[in-house]
Amino acid sequence: MIPINYYIVLSAILFTMGVIGVLVRRNALIIFMSIELMLNAANLAIVAFARAQEITTGKPLFEGQIFVFFVIAVAAAEVAVGLALIVEIFKSKRSIDDDQMSSLKG
Amino acid sequence: MTLELISFLVLAFVAIATATGMLVSRNAIYSALFLVLNFITVAVFYLLLGAPFIAMAQVTVYAGAIMVLFLFVIMLLGAESIAGEFNWRRATFPGLLALLLVIESTYLLIARARPSGEIAPPEAAVNTVNNLRDLGTALFNQYLLPFEVTSILLLVAMVGAIVLTQKEKRVP
Repeated sequence: MIPINYYIVLSAILFTMGVIGVLVRRNALIIFMSIELMLNAANLAIVAFARAQEITTGKPLFEGQIFVFFVIAVAAAEVAVGLALIVEIFKSKRSIDDDQMSSLKG
Repeated sequence: MTLELISFLVLAFVAIATATGMLVSRNAIYSALFLVLNFITVAVFYLLLGAPFIAMAQVTVYAGAIMVLFLFVIMLLGAESIAGEFNWRRATFPGLLALLLVIESTYLLIARARPSGEIAPPEAAVNTVNNLRDLGTALFNQYLLPFEVTSILLLVAMVGAIVLTQKEKRVP
C-alpha cells in the first residue's frame, strides 16, 4: 500500500521542476518542454486522486482517466501550434533565446 | 518496505533524476531524450495506479508523437548548438521561489485537503479488457461532446500549424 501523499509530493516536485525550467532556462524549446513536464505532473496527481476515490467508493470510476485523456489531447494540439511559432520566430530572428524576443518592447 | 513501495521509490527517483537531467543538460537533444524517459516513467506510474489506457496513451502520444515533434524541430533549427546552458547563478532566486512553491503546494494538498487513504495495487481484474471497455463506453456515451470538441481542436491546431509555417504569405 502506497499512501496517496507520496504521489502528491512526487507530483508537486515534478511540477516545481517544470517551474524552475521556465524561470531559469533561456532556450524557448526547453521552456516548452518544462511546460510539458508541468502538465504531466498535474496529470499524475489527477490519476492518483481518481484511484484513491475508486478505492474509497469501491466501484470503478473513469472520470479522472477521461479528464487526463482530454488533457493529453489538448497538450498535443498545443505542442503543434507552439512549435510552429518557435520555428517562425527562429526564421525571423535566427535565435530562440527568449531574452532576445523583445521586439515589442517600447 | 513492501515490494510496491520499493518500486515506487525507485521510479520516483528515476522520474526526478530525469527531470533534473532535462533541466541542466546543455544540449537540447539530451533534454528531449531525458523528457522521453520521464514520460515513460510516469506511464509506469499510471499502470501502478490502475490506468492502463492512460499509460498507453502517454507512451504513444507523449513519448511517441509529441517528443518526436520536439526532436524534429530541434534538429531542424540546429538548436542543439545555440542552446544556452543552465546558469546556476541565475537559478538561485528562482530556486528559492520553487522551494517555497513545493512546500506550499505540498501543504495545500496534504494538510488542507487531507486526502486520506492508501493506494492499493490494481488487482489483475483492473488491468483487463473489461476496464478498457467500460472506459470506452463512458467516453463515447457520457463524454461524447467533449470528445468531438477535442477532435475539432486538433483540426484547428493542425490548420494553424500549417498556416503559421507557410513559406509565402499571399497578399490578396
